[in-house]
Amino acid sequence: MSRPVQYNTKLKMVEAPEGMMGDGFMATSFEKVVGLARKNSIWPLPFATSCCGIEFMATMASHYDLARFGSERVGFSPRQCDLLMVMGTISKKMGPVLRQVYLQMAEPRWVLSVGACACSGGIFDTYSVLQGIDQVIPVDVYVPGCPPRPEAILDGFLKIQELVGQESLRRRNGDKYKELMTSYGIQ
Amino acid sequence: MPLNNEIIKQKLTEKFGDELVDWQEPYGMLTFTGPKALNLKVLQFLFDDPELKFRFLTDLQAVHYPDRKGEELAIVYHLHNLVDNIRIRFKVFTDIATPDVYSATALYQAANFMERETFDFFGVNFTGHPNLIRILNVDEMDYFPMRKEFPLEDQTRTDKDDEMFGR
Repeated sequence: MSRPVQYNTKLKMVEAPEGMMGDGFMATSFEKVVGLARKNSIWPLPFATSCCGIEFMATMASHYDLARFGSERVGFSPRQCDLLMVMGTISKKMGPVLRQVYLQMAEPRWVLSVGACACSGGIFDTYSVLQGIDQVIPVDVYVPGCPPRPEAILDGFLKIQELVGQESLRRRNGDKYKELMTSYGIQ
Repeated sequence: MPLNNEIIKQKLTEKFGDELVDWQEPYGMLTFTGPKALNLKVLQFLFDDPELKFRFLTDLQAVHYPDRKGEELAIVYHLHNLVDNIRIRFKVFTDIATPDVYSATALYQAANFMERETFDFFGVNFTGHPNLIRILNVDEMDYFPMRKEFPLEDQTRTDKDDEMFGR
């Protein structure tokens, strides 16, 4: 009698990058390998301040399961993380805090802005609320919605993965990137 | 006989005479107005009197009335007698050009943060406050956002100048 154990036979591996293959070796570009490794092991840092944070909790939980995309490990120290997920209203007083968290992250770092408030201030068009976090830190992907559904957050996360996988290894040393950082007064 | 609004009014009138005006009882809560120079004396009397015993400051805030020339800012004290469970409301008015009011921090510790908040949003200058600085808004803010002459919306935003979706 067989034991009542079901093995997961639906495992899906990421595809190998293009390259030359032979007996016992594979030659491909370093950039592609690094991109592949990075995009499938992103450590997110949740910066959740309001209702979008609740949606993020659902995204992390078993039903939507962000871990499927290689983000099992959510870090709570900015120094360990690659992706800053800003979810919720950021008041002007919170702005410098967010900026400091961003500065504490090591390069390469990405920012995902989740929800109307983080993207543009949303309905809080008022004197105390920051009108979009891109006023203080550079943002890679914006997720619209008030709040966005977990699917939307996952979609934004996949867009981040796309960016991470395709990023050139020299991008962060380039003039364009330095210009971007200077425009935010960083470094 | 338990404490009620008539007794409070009678005691205050005995002590301060015609200085206290505009007696009202909206929803049964005794409300009156006094001159701003007397605000501490009235609060002290309400605190010390063995029958009145208003020793709890529930709330302290301001209201801006742009149309009342010369007394644009109202500072409102909500006091609570915890023994008899009676609340009263005490208002003082001040000119917005000279918004100086005596601080109640010596009498009520709770007034410390409340006066800082009132200063933060309305610019009421509480003389005698130990640390009158902004409490909720960013320190760099250079105006008092709850005064009516300032718009509620964030003025740095440019994407809402649209004719259809603008303000």
